[in-house]
Amino acid sequence: MITREPEFLPPPINMRGRLGRAVLLNCRNAGRALLILLEAMTSLRFVLSKRSRPVVLQQLYVTGIKSLGVISVVAMFTGMILALQMGLELRKYGQEVNIGLAVMVSMLREMGPFMTALILAASVGSAMAAELGTMTVSEEIAALEVMSISPVRFLVMPRLAAMMIMTPLLTFYACMLGVVGGAIVGATQLGVSVPAYLDNATRWAENKDLYVGLLKSFVFGIMITTICCYQGFATTEGAVGVGRATRRSVVVSFLSILVVGYIITRLFYQ
Amino acid sequence: MIRFEHVSKYFGERKVLDAVNFKVERGETFVIVGFSGAGKSVTLKHMIRLLTPDTGKIYVGNDLISTSTGADLVRLREKFGLLFQGAALLEWMSVFDNVALPLREKTNMSDAEIEKRVEEKLRQVNLTGVHDAMPSELSGGMRKRVGLARAIVMNPEIILYDEPTSGLDPVTSRAIDQLIDRMRLELKVTSVVVTHDLFSALAIGTRIAMIYDGRILEISRPTDFIRSQNEIVKRFLDAQYITKKGAWERTDHETQ
Ligand SMILES: Nc1ncnc2c1ncn2[C@@H]1O[C@H](COP(=O)(O)OP(=O)(O)OP(=O)(O)O)[C@@H](O)[C@H]1O
Ligand SMILES: [Mg+2]
Repeated sequence: MITREPEFLPPPINMRGRLGRAVLLNCRNAGRALLILLEAMTSLRFVLSKRSRPVVLQQLYVTGIKSLGVISVVAMFTGMILALQMGLELRKYGQEVNIGLAVMVSMLREMGPFMTALILAASVGSAMAAELGTMTVSEEIAALEVMSISPVRFLVMPRLAAMMIMTPLLTFYACMLGVVGGAIVGATQLGVSVPAYLDNATRWAENKDLYVGLLKSFVFGIMITTICCYQGFATTEGAVGVGRATRRSVVVSFLSILVVGYIITRLFYQ
Repeated sequence: MIRFEHVSKYFGERKVLDAVNFKVERGETFVIVGFSGAGKSVTLKHMIRLLTPDTGKIYVGNDLISTSTGADLVRLREKFGLLFQGAALLEWMSVFDNVALPLREKTNMSDAEIEKRVEEKLRQVNLTGVHDAMPSELSGGMRKRVGLARAIVMNPEIILYDEPTSGLDPVTSRAIDQLIDRMRLELKVTSVVVTHDLFSALAIGTRIAMIYDGRILEISRPTDFIRSQNEIVKRFLDAQYITKKGAWERTDHETQ
């Protein structure tokens, strides 16, 4: 059952009690979030059913198309900043043509997945937490459960599907725009011609960089959905609670993106 | 049909239900009245297992709903329709989609059949011409009635109403009362109605239970309820100008 009864825990006796409880509660919450993810994953088989299709399309639109603007600007400027910073350093050694490689690799490996995930967590993720949170406090989730309609299949699954598809796509788009931004800075400020820049960028970047970046973004997409939907379902106490759930969903998403991003990098680049 | 055995419920330190015992018979309209915050909604939520008792047992038919899970719970919940106190409509779906939701998700009915059934239920709750409206465009009373239409759309055996007539004008309220009564008479539906409105309680109830401070003070038939000797029940009746005759008796300045 997704809806939960209000919990009342006696105040902890001392610091140790408080710490222990915090650890236990966090473990339990993580477990519950994983169960939601598991159920959403298994209900992904309904993603193309007649009933789910419009909802999934709607979510794809909200996640993908609506985020395109912000992601374009952020990706472009990230590429420009990278090119400028590294270009100025490399110019001291007459190596400025290598900004192509530098921008391409840092976008593909880190900045692309990372920036896209942060933007999606802050915009799409927080909206998920707020929506589901409002539904929880106004008993809409309870109403679904009473009708024996799984809130996870009905609400989380379309969001998960949309994020699983859109995060890698948007990441790829962000990487390419970043490279374009780098090319503009290279041509206008550093005297690196566009063909030379592109040649340098494509010659040294490996396919592995692309694949690992996309894998990372895929994992980020799943993580953001799980965390934000979980926080939404765990909302209590009216409008204040919705605010709290939204804030927490963004904070937890950001931290997990950083930590998991490091772990994946560590796994693939020893 | 529904049986509470020594059901107690705490919210933190606060005891909201205190060893409650009662039984709702098949085919009756069981009305629960009581002061605000007495535990009426909590009692109703226990029946469909949105809340679990801390001690005690709740049976639906012969099945123990208070501990059932998974497929058993789904099967038991299918017998119920529930009108929430706040209607709990899905805000991003139109009125029609809200009422049609259980039919679309739980049955194989064709679109035409669904449309026909939804129309019928919306008409029964006196709502027409709001098909495509979104819940946020409706008044409180209209939302209530959409919630009611959704609760009855699957033709359940047991219907739980949390304040079906609060926020409605007197005429619509009586229409809802008649709807509840008709379902008992024609379809043999078992109803549990939580209400503040003693007039409808007396009109539709086969038995009335008064909850006070987590306990059931009195369960009796309407005719006995208005003759109750219990001080708190009397106070509750007096506050709504209901006397032993079941009619008005104005004592204020107008008659002086
Ligand atoms: N989720 C909850 N968390 C904490 N306390 C609760 C919760 N739900 C209900 N209560 C408490 O339980 C008591 C009974 O609440 P309930 O909603 O059953 O009242 P009610 O009889 O339906 O009142 P009303 O007529 O105003 O709807 C109240 O004192 C309320 O504070
Ligand atoms: Mg109530």
